[in-house]
Amino acid sequence: MKKHVFIIGGGVAGAEAASQLVKMGFDVTLAEKETQIGGKLNQWDRLFPSKRKAAEVLDFINKNLVDSKARVLFNTEISKISKQNGGYKIYAGIEECTADAILISTGYDVFNARIKEEYGYGIYENVITSVDLEEMFRNGNKIFNSNKEEPKRIGFVHCVGSRDEKVGNHYCSQVCCVTAVKQAMEVKEILPRAEVYCFYMDLRMFGLQFEDLYRESQEKWGVNFIRGRVSEAAENIDGTILIKVEDTLAGRPLKMKVDLLVLMVGFVPSAGTTEIGKMLNLDLTPENFLKPADEHLDTSSTNLKGVFIAGTCKSPKTIADTFADARAATLKIKEFLEGSEK
Amino acid sequence: MNQDWGYGINKDRQIDFDRNDRRLAEYIRKYVPSYKLCISCGACTATCSTANLTDFYNIRRLNIFLMRGEIDEIAKHIDKCMFCGKCELVCPRGVNTRQVILIMKEGIKKIKQNEQL
Repeated sequence: MKKHVFIIGGGVAGAEAASQLVKMGFDVTLAEKETQIGGKLNQWDRLFPSKRKAAEVLDFINKNLVDSKARVLFNTEISKISKQNGGYKIYAGIEECTADAILISTGYDVFNARIKEEYGYGIYENVITSVDLEEMFRNGNKIFNSNKEEPKRIGFVHCVGSRDEKVGNHYCSQVCCVTAVKQAMEVKEILPRAEVYCFYMDLRMFGLQFEDLYRESQEKWGVNFIRGRVSEAAENIDGTILIKVEDTLAGRPLKMKVDLLVLMVGFVPSAGTTEIGKMLNLDLTPENFLKPADEHLDTSSTNLKGVFIAGTCKSPKTIADTFADARAATLKIKEFLEGSEK
Repeated sequence: MNQDWGYGINKDRQIDFDRNDRRLAEYIRKYVPSYKLCISCGACTATCSTANLTDFYNIRRLNIFLMRGEIDEIAKHIDKCMFCGKCELVCPRGVNTRQVILIMKEGIKKIKQNEQL
């Protein structure tokens, strides 16, 4: 009889793993709480570094998943998981499934920018998040402030909810730096006459092509970078935003008016990730992501036999890394299931 | 009558970005495009003889003040540069630093004489 793998979460990692596991000859059930596959990727317009459309990647995973004929349960949340005959029994929505292995790919949430109250998200209309900006790109590249005018000056605040112990997140979310550079260039593409300023603490351009993007943003698009963490934002009477920052390279405080302020929100473990982690009593990292069995040698297994993890439920990741991680997890699952047959 | 009550007025140290005159930065952007590529790594400053031996601001700081429109600071220091060009040799981004200083001097002169930049 075919072994059965139950996957929780149909974002990039879960969907990719599902079609790969079917190819390996396993029975796969994928539970997704939303009505579509792709998770957070559905909110994105274009992807760094090549600025390809996110829809291309979504089409790829959707097509593979449909072709694989893996069983997909939409609108389904997990209420309980118990051990049974060396495997697991999963209560998914109205169904009860048994599985020989579980793959958790419950992903991340973006940091709730309202917590950083001093930046005024949810209070001032012209303070938005990187996700909101991406939505403007998806809706036909129209960028307006609250007065329905095209902004003349736009500020990007890096590390919102990342590298900030005041909000309990001391870690770097990895992808926001390059996302800010990508978005800054896209803004200049749409509004060539706008001034764009990025406020950063460090620029972490870790990918092979990311440094080139950073250079392109300066050379071709004239994006400006000011080193310093924005301390606060206040609203002027005309709705523009006054920000205060130390220009640490000049060694002097600086104030500036912007028409639109974009907060680069970081990664936090998703509500689903936290819930499943608690349900199964999985080990967590100090950052409350799900902890792999070994940081170098086995990043797909957990402290529970037969339970595996993939994607951004483990740590912040790029799309490319999420694909690689999902495929790595499927190999680990194959090894586990075929080994346990003997 | 002695009116010194022991109080004074401090000059605001804050850079007021919206009030500052950033024409000079635009002028340099136009004539030395590589100027935009500065990442403030400080290699130029580390190698600058003038900065090491005098109170010259050094080219990294000049660049920053230039971009923020703090021209008075620049004008005070710019003439100390000896145009040795070591800063240009060490720049990892290939900024034409000597040209930046040259155009900066030209621009400051024009601003002082109220000429069009």
